[in-house]
Amino acid sequence: MHPAASVIAFTVLSGMGFGLLAFLGLGLPAPEGWMAFFHWGLGYALAVGGLSASTLHLGNPQRALKAFSQWQTSWLSREAWAAVATLLVFAPMALSDIFGLGLPRLIGQLGAVLAVLTVFTTSMIYAQLKTVPRWNTPITQGLFFSFMLAGGSILSGNGKIALIGCALTAAALLAAFAIGDKAFGKAAQTIGTATGLNRIGAVKVFEQPHTSPNYLMREMIHIVARKHADKLRLIALGFSCVLPFLLLLLPASPALYAVTATIHVIGALTARWLFFAEAEHVVGLYYGQR
Amino acid sequence: MTALPTHTEKKLGLVIDLDTCVGCQACVTACKGWNDQGQGLSDQNPYGADPSGAFLNRVHTYQVQPEEGSAQIIAFPRSCLHCEDAPCVPVCPTGASYKRVEDGIVLVNEDACIGCGLCAWACPYGAREMDQAAGVMKKCTLCVDRIYNENLPEEDREPACVRTCPTSARHFGDFADPDSKVSKLVAERGGYDLMPDLKTKPTNKYLPPRKKDRPQEASLLAPLLDIKATGFAGWLDKVLGKI
Repeated sequence: MHPAASVIAFTVLSGMGFGLLAFLGLGLPAPEGWMAFFHWGLGYALAVGGLSASTLHLGNPQRALKAFSQWQTSWLSREAWAAVATLLVFAPMALSDIFGLGLPRLIGQLGAVLAVLTVFTTSMIYAQLKTVPRWNTPITQGLFFSFMLAGGSILSGNGKIALIGCALTAAALLAAFAIGDKAFGKAAQTIGTATGLNRIGAVKVFEQPHTSPNYLMREMIHIVARKHADKLRLIALGFSCVLPFLLLLLPASPALYAVTATIHVIGALTARWLFFAEAEHVVGLYYGQR
Repeated sequence: MTALPTHTEKKLGLVIDLDTCVGCQACVTACKGWNDQGQGLSDQNPYGADPSGAFLNRVHTYQVQPEEGSAQIIAFPRSCLHCEDAPCVPVCPTGASYKRVEDGIVLVNEDACIGCGLCAWACPYGAREMDQAAGVMKKCTLCVDRIYNENLPEEDREPACVRTCPTSARHFGDFADPDSKVSKLVAERGGYDLMPDLKTKPTNKYLPPRKKDRPQEASLLAPLLDIKATGFAGWLDKVLGKI
């Protein structure tokens, strides 16, 4: 699948943002005054920035509001609702922390549940697709949740939880690589089943239907740079999990968390790039490509 | 609404006969021509070095090697199958994609499409292509603007691809009616679904190429090539064979 920069940025940044907001909602930590302003501000900036980045890949973003209408069937529509509900529920909690209004923590806890739901809806957009076997497994939800936990705990300065988050992310990434590499074969769709010509014999492409790539090939078949996949997997694992884990063992300081967060983001972006670039769509079978 | 109907009154669709299709691309051209006039199907750089454009119908060509005998070349038209359980419809966040209750045609309401592309991701068959100029998703409408169009002569009230096919490899009809031409063709010829394991229940069916009535030989001229030389050439053939 084509790794669109806007979608990679959206899923990584909003995932981290909702993670940070969830920790702030739970009161871990519960900063006051200007510190609260900066913490909540960063969470909102990441979540809202990510959401607006996602509209960049739309053909007609001016109609984006219509995307709220089909929550009964569409995970994309449910994501829109969950994201807006989360940001609205967190708002009084943020104001309460900033201005010392003393509103009950329950609001933040409710927001944290909604934030987790939002990341779940994001993951389901990919996990629901039978056409992309690498995504069509529960490991996809595992990846999105573990990145939310790791990113959110690092940004909120929860060192011990971040250690667990990094370890879980590493486990999820390794599982995703191992299960994902076998997923297409397990889905058992071939050029033979795609054309139904397997009932005659072994099928191969004789001639392509068109001379230059079309939308389908540009969007669903992404072969370029998969050759560096092994190195990129190491970079993703090292930067998003291993290095942050080691840094978090050092004596905590705001500067250390800033460095850790930056390194984690680089790793998370690499991992998300691979998530798309390595995913193979069954439509590629018609072209004899994956 | 992007909830799929539980039942449609008719099941309109196509039968594509892989036995008679010669891969002439007339259906591709007729489809592009009709729909470019109607809904619009933009091209990018059509006369340049890197031409590209949205098409609702593409004709692939495959080489199939049976266990015995020589390989077969099979032209394979590919377009929307108007699935009963169309995976492209429920994923649509705006309600732009829908399946009609009256005839089962899967359509896109372009005024509601935001061009997110998720429906194209959900379709296993590559039936949907984004119109890069309009920023909305395009797909086969089964020529909904022809089949019910009373301004057209009756013989033209079928999809452009079917109307134009010079070998009658494409048939249009109602699969809900067991006595329709398409239902009978499917029953007689063993019409099949593409990627049935994905449970999309396609309406369109493909008819497999018929079995050859005699084993394929290397060349139809082969028996004629086994010529016994006579006279001087025969003597020379014998002598040279022994050396």
